[in-house]
Formats: sequence, C-alpha cells, structure tokens
Amino acid sequence: MTSIGTGYDLSASTYSPDGRIFQVEYANKAVENSGTAIGLRVKDGIVIAVEKLIHSKLLVPEANRRIQTIDRHIGLASSGLLADGRHISNRARDEAASYGDTYRSPISLKSLVDRVGLYVQAYTLYSSVRPFGCSTILGAVDKTGPILYVIEPSGVAYGYHGAAIGKGRQLAKTELEKLKLAELSTREAVIEAARIIYLVHDDAKEKDFELEMSWIGDETNGLHLPVPKDLLEEASRKAKEALENFE
Amino acid sequence: MAVQFKDGVVIGADSRTTTGSYIANRVTDKLTHIHDRIYCCRSGSAADTQAIADIVHYHFQVYSQTHGEAPPVHTVANVFQKLCYENKDALSAGIIVAGWDKEVGPSVYNIPLGGGLFRQPWAIGGSGSTYVYGYCDATYQDGWDRDQTINFVRNTLALAMSRDGSSGGVIRMCVITEDGVERLFVPGNELPKFWEGKEVLGVSAKPKGATSVVPMAVEV
Amino acid sequence: MDHFPTNWGRPRNELHDQYNTYPIHQRPSQPKDVFGEGVQRTQQPIVTGTSVLAIKFKDGIMMAADNLASYGSLARFKDIQRLHPVGTSTIIGASGDMSDFQYLQHTLDELMVDEFTNGDGHELGPAEVHEYLSRVMYGRRSKLNPLWNSLLVGGLQDGKPFLAYVDLLGTTYSASSIATGYGSYIAIPILRAAVDNKENTLTEEDARKLLHECMRVLYYRDARSLDKYQIGIVTSAGVSVSDAIKLETNWDFAEGIRGYGAQTQ
Repeated sequence: MTSIGTGYDLSASTYSPDGRIFQVEYANKAVENSGTAIGLRVKDGIVIAVEKLIHSKLLVPEANRRIQTIDRHIGLASSGLLADGRHISNRARDEAASYGDTYRSPISLKSLVDRVGLYVQAYTLYSSVRPFGCSTILGAVDKTGPILYVIEPSGVAYGYHGAAIGKGRQLAKTELEKLKLAELSTREAVIEAARIIYLVHDDAKEKDFELEMSWIGDETNGLHLPVPKDLLEEASRKAKEALENFE
Repeated sequence: MAVQFKDGVVIGADSRTTTGSYIANRVTDKLTHIHDRIYCCRSGSAADTQAIADIVHYHFQVYSQTHGEAPPVHTVANVFQKLCYENKDALSAGIIVAGWDKEVGPSVYNIPLGGGLFRQPWAIGGSGSTYVYGYCDATYQDGWDRDQTINFVRNTLALAMSRDGSSGGVIRMCVITEDGVERLFVPGNELPKFWEGKEVLGVSAKPKGATSVVPMAVEV
Repeated sequence: MDHFPTNWGRPRNELHDQYNTYPIHQRPSQPKDVFGEGVQRTQQPIVTGTSVLAIKFKDGIMMAADNLASYGSLARFKDIQRLHPVGTSTIIGASGDMSDFQYLQHTLDELMVDEFTNGDGHELGPAEVHEYLSRVMYGRRSKLNPLWNSLLVGGLQDGKPFLAYVDLLGTTYSASSIATGYGSYIAIPILRAAVDNKENTLTEEDARKLLHECMRVLYYRDARSLDKYQIGIVTSAGVSVSDAIKLETNWDFAEGIRGYGAQTQ
C-alpha cells in the first residue's frame, strides 16, 4: 500500500468501507470537466445540443463530433471522454441492430437504454477494466413518442424532460426548468437549446467552442438529423443577442 | 387456419396427426398458446413445430418480463420467421401466427415452408388447405363479425377435412380478442355437412323379375 | 495410439475385455464419416416470384414486377410487393425465393442504417448496392448455400441511369433493358427493339406503355404470373413504387376457334 490515499480507489472491484466505489465517482469527475451537453424532450420531438470545446485552433471545423446517430430515430450525445462516448455509441448501434435482426422493428429507446445501461454497469464490476468516463444523453422519437434518457458512468439511467450533463449542467438545469418543455415545438426548442449552451459557456475560463445541435421530430420525418445550417445560425445569432441582453 | 375480423381473430384446426397413413393422434390440439393474446396454428412436422413453438413461447415469457408489456403479434411472427428461415434445411414447418395486440388490433401472419413472412387478412395452411383455396376465395369478405367469421372457419375446415386424408377428427377453434381467448369445439360427428356424393343404394338379393332358381332342386 | 482394445472395433472381445471394465456408454464413438460435412444440401426455392422487367429511359429507370408469390403451381399470395426501394436513388426487383428476398431487404435496410448513422451525408447509390449484392450472392453460392434469386438493381448513379442484374450464382451484367425469368425470353426482344439507342429520348409515358405491354404478354404466356403488377421509377425526383395496376386481356379471337385442325363445328 502506498502512503497516499486509502487504497480503496485503485479498482472498480473494491468498495470503500462506507460502500462507495471510488473509481465510479472519479469517472463522474471526468464528465464534470467536459463541455456541456443538453437534451430537450418537447411536445413533438427531441433536441440535443452540445458545447464542443475547441482545444486547438488547428482542428478542422466540425471534427470530433459529440452527437452521434444510433438508429434512424435515435440520437446520442456524450460528455466526458470523447473516445468512451464513441465506444458507447458503437455499442448502442450494435444493440439497436441486434434488436432489429430479432424483431424486425425499430428498438424502443427504453429497451436500448436498458441494454446499454447493463453494458455500462458491467464496467463497474471488475478490477481489469475502468468505468466509462462519460455520461450519455439518448433521445428518440419512437412508438411511445418523444423520449429522453441519461446513462451515467455507474450504469444507472433516468428518463428526463430536460437533461444536462458536463461542466455547465447546474446552470443549464436551472434554465431548462424555466421552460415549458411540454408546450414547446422542436423548432422553438432549438432556439432555447442554443441559448442555454451559449449561456453556460464560460467565456472567461474557456477556449472557443462550437455549437453542435441535432433534432428528431415531425420536421425531420422521425429521423435523427443535424439541425440545418440556416436554423443553427439563426439560433446562434439569437442566443448571442439574448446573452447581451442578459448581461 | 386463421381469419381476422374487426375485434379479433378466429383460428381453427382439425385434430389429426398421422405417421404415414396411421392416425397417431385423433384428438390433437394444433392451436398453440404463445402469449396471452397470441396463438399459432401448427402444420408440418409435429416435432419441429412443437419445438419451435416452445422456443418462441419461452422467448416471449422473457420478453414480456423485460419489456414490461405483451409483445405485438408482428414481433412474435418475426421470431417464428427467423427460426423457420435460418433452419429451413432442417425444418418442415408451416406456421400461422395470429392474435391481438394494442398497437394494430387483430392480425394474422403466415409463415410457409421456406420461412417467408406474409401478413394476410385470412390464412390457410397444411395439407388440407390446397383443397379449399377456391372455397375461401369465393366466400371470404371483409367486415364480418365474430359469428360470421367462426362460421367461415368451421365450414372451411370441415370441407378440407372431408377431402384430405391427412386431415380429420374434430374442429378446434379459438376466438382471440382484447378481452380474452375463447375456445370452441366441434366434435367429429357434428361437423357441418356438404355434398357427400349421390346416395349409394344396396343391391337387393333377388333382382326384380327374375325367377327364383332353387339350387339342387329336383325337377319333376 | 489408442491402447484400449475395446476401441479397436466391435464386437467387444471377451479376450481383451473379460470383465467389461470399460463401460460401453463411455466408449468414444466410431470415427465419423469424413465426408459427412461434405454432404451439404443447397436449398430449393419454395415461395417464388416470377419475372422482373426493367429499362432505362430519358429521366431514369423504370421497373415492373407482378404481385404474385407462387407456391409451386399454386398462386398462393396475390398481394406481394416485389419491388423494394433502397435509399433515395435505388430500387431492387426480385424474382425467385421470396423468403430469401425478404432476408435481402432486411440486410439492405440494415446496410442503409449503417450508412445513415455514419452521419457523413453520403448515401449508397445503385452501383454500390449492386456491387454489394453481387458480393453477397457470390459469397453465398460459394458456400453452396445460395440465395435463390435473380435481382435487378436500378436507379440514378451520379445523375445517370443505372441498371444491372445479379443472380443466385453471383453472375452480373448491365444493359439498358434487362429482365429475369420468363421475361428474359419473352420481354427482352420487345424491350430491346423499343429501348436500344433510344435511352435518351424515351419518355416516362413511353416507358410505362412499353412495360405494360410486356407485362400483358407475360401474363398470357407465363403460367406463374398474375394480371396485377407494380411499376417502380427512379428519376431525379426520387424513388416511387406505384399502386397495383390491373392488366386488361383480350380473348375475343378465341370464340370462333373450333377443334384443332380441320374441324369446323
């Protein structure tokens, strides 16, 4: 045993005496330090928005996307370690495809979240692996309508009307709570989502960021698609205006 | 056979199982429970179709626990289809899947030998079915109520049973609706009757008009 | 070397196994038939669809297939769609085994989802779909387990009409008019006469009439055909599959026919 720490945090397969698994809590730290991602479940669809921090000016714009498509009707945004997020989205795609192979119908988000949650949880059980350093927002419009979930590094998954993960989640949640999500249209939600991302972005401390947004709803024919360029620009412009008025 | 109507489906089958031309079971139940509101009609190899039905039954016991709700009929049909298609070389199974679900109401799916999947308003299968395609085409109409549908199923099965040596015994039927599954039974001696050929008359021992000849009679 | 005499062959020899110390049920089974795995069966088509016809025309491609799925000679399913759109610029038409076709539909749909989730804005066109299918079909026949179909793949590839064939052997070819099954005997001469060298002038209306006429001839002469068919079109406007179209037939000339030769009444 080294002289630093209690020794209970070296493995995901060891509990601390008060019943905690420190590796899982550290995984949450990885999420807390990453760019904010939010999801809105509104009247007729889902909007996902991400504050993608640009760590180098040499990066190609729009590279390293943090919003992924899982199935035609399912979108995913991750906060935390980008590579872990990509691994989870690949797993989610496999699960969705496997469900389609067996039942020949699109997977419901609830079933997908059950399966991915089980997978994430398995990484909290063994000393040979580390838990995923990312939280995942999953949104879909399935046979039950618009639906939104967050899967945490521990493997638990909760359903939300509005979800926020990453650095600015606290402020984002307060903003989300002010919205009448059940009455908003997806188009309106896009504007609100952009505003929240701009609001929670900390100009002083952070480098530049890129706003990444996608939506699912009647306007996309039930498909998970990036928000069109013109709408994205409009939303960004309005967000900046709102920010100036706010300050 | 399975037929859908407004509120549900009526499924039916004869009760004959044969090994070659020997009737191994004359009171078979070919209407097999898969889930609360989903049944299948089995034809082909009894062993194969029972094995498949057992697997699918088990699969959807697990499914309804994990999903927390009853499966839709098309989902069940697709699992049947997958088994039949992927093992087509080894199986001899013609299965009709029918039932009621909260998404689309009543539906009927036919999975014939090669493992294709076809949705139909009514479906017939098994050895006797080829004898009654004409009857079904000529008789079936959309928009029937429960009793009309039952009648159609009963008559179709009786006709098939009367022409097909591999079908016979009794008629078993199920009416599956949102409210439940009702079993119906027609014994083999109360089947609906249709044309059975002209009356066959016996030949009397003494042809009319013939003089009676007494064998070994001594003529005087 | 197996040192158990009991394994050297049956019947068990009392000389070597006097006290029956080696339980019979534990004996390794006889060497299995080395050709056992070589005896693999191919399948046979069971529920089948007949011809598919397709031609190029001025604005794209047009395809036709009737709505019948046969079960041997039994006309078993009369409302089956045999034209399947794949993405936004491709359509495939299938003859042969319908369960294998349904499998291919699912495989292609899954492929399109894979491409969609990549999220790079690219979509597979007919040339890629055709190439993919040819690999699948050839791969399966090489495993002696073919998918029992003849398929036509049509669409717009980089704005130009594309039309090609692939079958259960993995054979492929491309032409401006193609047909499968009976269509390749009966419809091809008619289609070639009307289409060859006129691909750039043939209108949609011309194409429609042409295929309609060929479907009628096929209905007269193909015993596994139906008088109900659908048309699939791919143009720059996208992919569409029509509602079922009914064929009118003419039997007037039959009424006056008597006997089969010299008979007049």
